[in-house]
Amino acid sequence: MYGNTFMTAEEAKQMDQTQDNPQKLIAFEARIERGEKIEPGDWMPVDYRKQLIRMIEQHAHSEIVGALPEGTWITRSPGFKRKLALIAKVQDEIGHGQLLYSACETLGKTREEMLDDLLSGKSKYSNVFNYPAKTWADMAVIGFLVDGAAIVNQVINSKGSYGPYCRALERICFEESFHLKQGHDNFVFLATGTNVQREMVQEALNRWYIPLLHFFGPSDKTSVHSEKLMKWKIKLATNDDMRNQFLDQYVPKIREVGLTLPDEKLKKNLETNKWEFSDPDWDEFYRVVNGDGPCNKERLEVRRFAEEQGRWVRQALVNPQDKYVTPFA
Amino acid sequence: MKNLILKMADDALIIGHRNSEWTGIGPLLEEDIAFSSMSQDKIGHAWALYRILNEELGGEDPDKAAFNRSVKDFTCCHLVEYPIGEFDFSLVRHFLMDKAEFHRYDLLLQSSFLPLVNLAKKVKGEIKYHVMHADTWMQQLANGNEESKARIQSALNLVYPIAFSLFEKQDDEQAVIEQKVFVGEDVLKSIWVDDIANRIKEFGLTIPSSIDSSAHLGGRKGYHTDHLEPLLKEMTEVFAIDPNAEW
Ligand SMILES: [Fe+2]
Ligand SMILES: [Fe+2]
Repeated sequence: MYGNTFMTAEEAKQMDQTQDNPQKLIAFEARIERGEKIEPGDWMPVDYRKQLIRMIEQHAHSEIVGALPEGTWITRSPGFKRKLALIAKVQDEIGHGQLLYSACETLGKTREEMLDDLLSGKSKYSNVFNYPAKTWADMAVIGFLVDGAAIVNQVINSKGSYGPYCRALERICFEESFHLKQGHDNFVFLATGTNVQREMVQEALNRWYIPLLHFFGPSDKTSVHSEKLMKWKIKLATNDDMRNQFLDQYVPKIREVGLTLPDEKLKKNLETNKWEFSDPDWDEFYRVVNGDGPCNKERLEVRRFAEEQGRWVRQALVNPQDKYVTPFA
Repeated sequence: MKNLILKMADDALIIGHRNSEWTGIGPLLEEDIAFSSMSQDKIGHAWALYRILNEELGGEDPDKAAFNRSVKDFTCCHLVEYPIGEFDFSLVRHFLMDKAEFHRYDLLLQSSFLPLVNLAKKVKGEIKYHVMHADTWMQQLANGNEESKARIQSALNLVYPIAFSLFEKQDDEQAVIEQKVFVGEDVLKSIWVDDIANRIKEFGLTIPSSIDSSAHLGGRKGYHTDHLEPLLKEMTEVFAIDPNAEW
């Protein structure tokens, strides 16, 4: 699951200064224009590679860090059906991480390097996973709405220009559709259940509303645009467009089961066809992105613990390189 | 016969629970996925066994049987109750247990109780992969480097005696044998001991010499390690919020 990529002003400025071979660049951009996919051995601009690595890596981290909040509910899932569904789902997410790390390795960065950068804080993951999963109802809200939001993003990204990433995303989207179904089932089940269950899911929904709005990144008005990212089909839709698409698809489904969203201003403007809502606190967003969210420390500590505790195993593999051959696709 | 099926179900449920705890924290992403998928299989086996009890032998609904029973009523063995520890512990437990599971289901193919035969046919195929997974990793780590070899050997020294808890007999075993439902724990144990001994030799490890397993028995009669009660509490936490609700 992954939200959206965005840049700081500094990064955007740097990017505009990179010089590539002009002829090759023209040919490259023409290929993208024609809708061709770029493959690992092909020539590509320095920044294209750099931005893709950044984005795919963040996406991969989001999958494996995203497995943690849900992972803690596996042992507590009520009943065989829910338990098996949740384990399978979390397992899928880790598989997504694996696929994406492989896709990213085709660009020249190894999984080990990426995991190191995750632990050092050099590379990020989706902000939404820095919030806690407090109750069982969070499994319903995450499975339905966080996965739902991620699907909006991932379906759009799967139309991008880099072949290995697109192919990974197609497979991921296929699996995500099951997560969504499962999440929706759980969500509706609780929403139409006993009072206790209904309250639980409403309370969870209230907590996840702002992180879900934040999920797609800062508003287009304030975020740094990069024409290049759009032109190169690394980014295919603006943050606001994706957010709007998400609200369009999911708000009716939430209201349909009689639950509410904690924002009086939330409504669709029928003239502009756009959703309007109270501006979520973007300072909080940046605070959390920069490490000061409710669970940032915990998430990285668990990852660090796993890395450290498992180091002897990796070192003992007769030929650890076997596991990390740069894949072709 | 009910006791036999119940203990098998309880073993599968609890080891499935334990192995699912590796999700997200394995030494390699591939191992997260492997343990996670094995735990799904095990929990699936438990579900199928509770269903047999429910549908054929008048037992409770599977969700009730698994999530609404007191610790005293569980008959799992001590081996499955221990926390996952580090990867060496979990791997050796997985190796020792799945070998036993494999042979148990193999023997159950001859059972006079048809539902068990049918289940065994399906389950044996899955457990074959668990055994292969364990063998591959035991082989790799026992022959990896000094540290991994030492770790695996010492985990084996620790877990091997506990693994005998798998074969603790139940009071009605004689009847189960006479009705040809199952050949009995002693037969299974001796097959397992030989198989494990051969494997361990191939890996270049040694079986600990003097074994006293008596401290690890009792699980089949409801006497458990201190680890089971907190596990069950965690497992049933959501049910406890609204016991009358369906989840
Ligand atoms: Fe995913
Ligand atoms: Fe997902």
